[in-house]
Amino acid sequence: MSELELQNKKAAAFVSTETIDGEIATLNLGPTHPATHGIFQNILQVDGERILSAEQTVGYIHRAFEKLAERRPYNQIAPITDRLNYCSSPINNMGWHMTVEKLIGAEMPKRVDYMRVIVMELARIADHLVCNSVIGVDTGALTGFTYMFQEREKIYDIYEEICGARLTTNVGRIGGFDRDFNKEFITKLRAFLKEFPKKFDEFGALLERNRIFMDRTIGAGPISAERALSYSFAGPNLRAAGVDYDVRVMKPYSSYQDFDFNIPVGNDGDTYDRFMVRQQEIRESLKIIHQALENMPQGDYHADIPSFYLPPKEEVYSSMEALIYHFKIVMGETPIPQGEVYHSVEGGNGELGYYLVSDGGRTPYRLHFRRPCFIYYQAYPEMITGSLLSDAILTMSSMNVIAGELDA
Amino acid sequence: MSEFATKIKDSILEKYNNTSYELDTYGEHNFICSKNDIHAVVEFLKNEGFIFLTDLTGSHYPESEGAEFQVVYHIHNLAENVRFRLKVDLAQNDLHVPTLTDLFAGANWMERETFDFFGIIFEGHPNLTRILNVDDMDYHPMKKEYALEDETRTDKDDTFFGR
Repeated sequence: MSELELQNKKAAAFVSTETIDGEIATLNLGPTHPATHGIFQNILQVDGERILSAEQTVGYIHRAFEKLAERRPYNQIAPITDRLNYCSSPINNMGWHMTVEKLIGAEMPKRVDYMRVIVMELARIADHLVCNSVIGVDTGALTGFTYMFQEREKIYDIYEEICGARLTTNVGRIGGFDRDFNKEFITKLRAFLKEFPKKFDEFGALLERNRIFMDRTIGAGPISAERALSYSFAGPNLRAAGVDYDVRVMKPYSSYQDFDFNIPVGNDGDTYDRFMVRQQEIRESLKIIHQALENMPQGDYHADIPSFYLPPKEEVYSSMEALIYHFKIVMGETPIPQGEVYHSVEGGNGELGYYLVSDGGRTPYRLHFRRPCFIYYQAYPEMITGSLLSDAILTMSSMNVIAGELDA
Repeated sequence: MSEFATKIKDSILEKYNNTSYELDTYGEHNFICSKNDIHAVVEFLKNEGFIFLTDLTGSHYPESEGAEFQVVYHIHNLAENVRFRLKVDLAQNDLHVPTLTDLFAGANWMERETFDFFGIIFEGHPNLTRILNVDDMDYHPMKKEYALEDETRTDKDDTFFGR
């Protein structure tokens, strides 16, 4: 039986038993709708407020990143990755840098790994804060959102100290960072680590055991572990369904094996579980940042790979080798080995993978992004069929579908 | 290479004669399967615990004759933590490969994306239509013959920069 027939059958079963007014209406939710938080279109068949079937249209902000990447030298692809999941750009940037480092076989100093972990975990906190506070908004609790966005601003202030940008960060380079953490960075980070948990606990107290919120979210948009795996779910959405798959543990990158943290899992895969998994992950991320900051190794903030990492400007003007390397890197003339690699990192929404094929030329021969949003958003109709329209909105915001990552 | 990976590798090579295997320098397990076997191989792997279809995509190699297109699968056994990469070579004039949607629900959109960008036809797919590009587009844009920039432009000269 095809998927469509299956949906129709489900719908028919619904109409005969729970008809509200017996008339099926077509409702166009999106493409621009204030409750979808992005450009998503869903054509719903509704009977009263019950959803009988749904069909998504995606691609509204497709920007041909994979094609663009085939014309850009390796270091010019990092800004493209910013625009995938723009709630946690640093994770995307570093995932890309690590992919190239894997291709060229570069070893990073421990310090670079720890610095990356700090920035990536900050990004994860920012990503989860947006998602969870927006779940609050969609249930009618605007207060938490306003407070959590202030905290997110502080994370952006911290980004600004390491890369100068806030949203599309383009942080780091192939081979490490372009500068070390400065004093301001450490001061701001320590202030954040001190003040944030209190405010975050207040936010948690508003919603986590709130009877109204629990009644509203428990059982909304559930998915079983088996179906979630079949749909290749990853990240918090998969863990909410009860599968403890986390790339940081399964295929550790950037020295994640050095840190002590837990992987929270849910049970029912519903909106409440997704919310709670993200809440706990924020707490675990804070733990990781503390450990990284306390055990920060001494050393260089970049690897010793002169043919990929720009030399300091003073040397470019005073030494021959530096000038040559500078020129070659900027013009994209560095020799790159042939080969193909797949590298994945745990993004805000799950396994963010980069499949890179190099033919030795100045640009990738083929680059494919495994975008978790794109893969799990296809389960959306299955998750909302039979539920109320307001639950569909909640399900979408708790899945954290980001248009930039969905459409690439 | 873990004992488990070796065992599975050996039984695949034994069962499906047209399959070749290579462990690359990055430590990844690469299989090249024939398109007639791919569905059976994936089904076999799924029964052996490879329950997570990480990624499915395509690539275009216009230079390699008889194998101009390739479909690339990444499939992960979560319990044993082993990931295999399977590839299927396709000739330009016959871009048909069986669908995996009956094994993995998530293959649906990944196959549609591959169809959209490369024109590879997944036989038995329930709804093989364009997904990210507009419906009335009449070509498959990730093929190498479509240059990114308009080649009729004369105001840009990049000859000296190796492009």
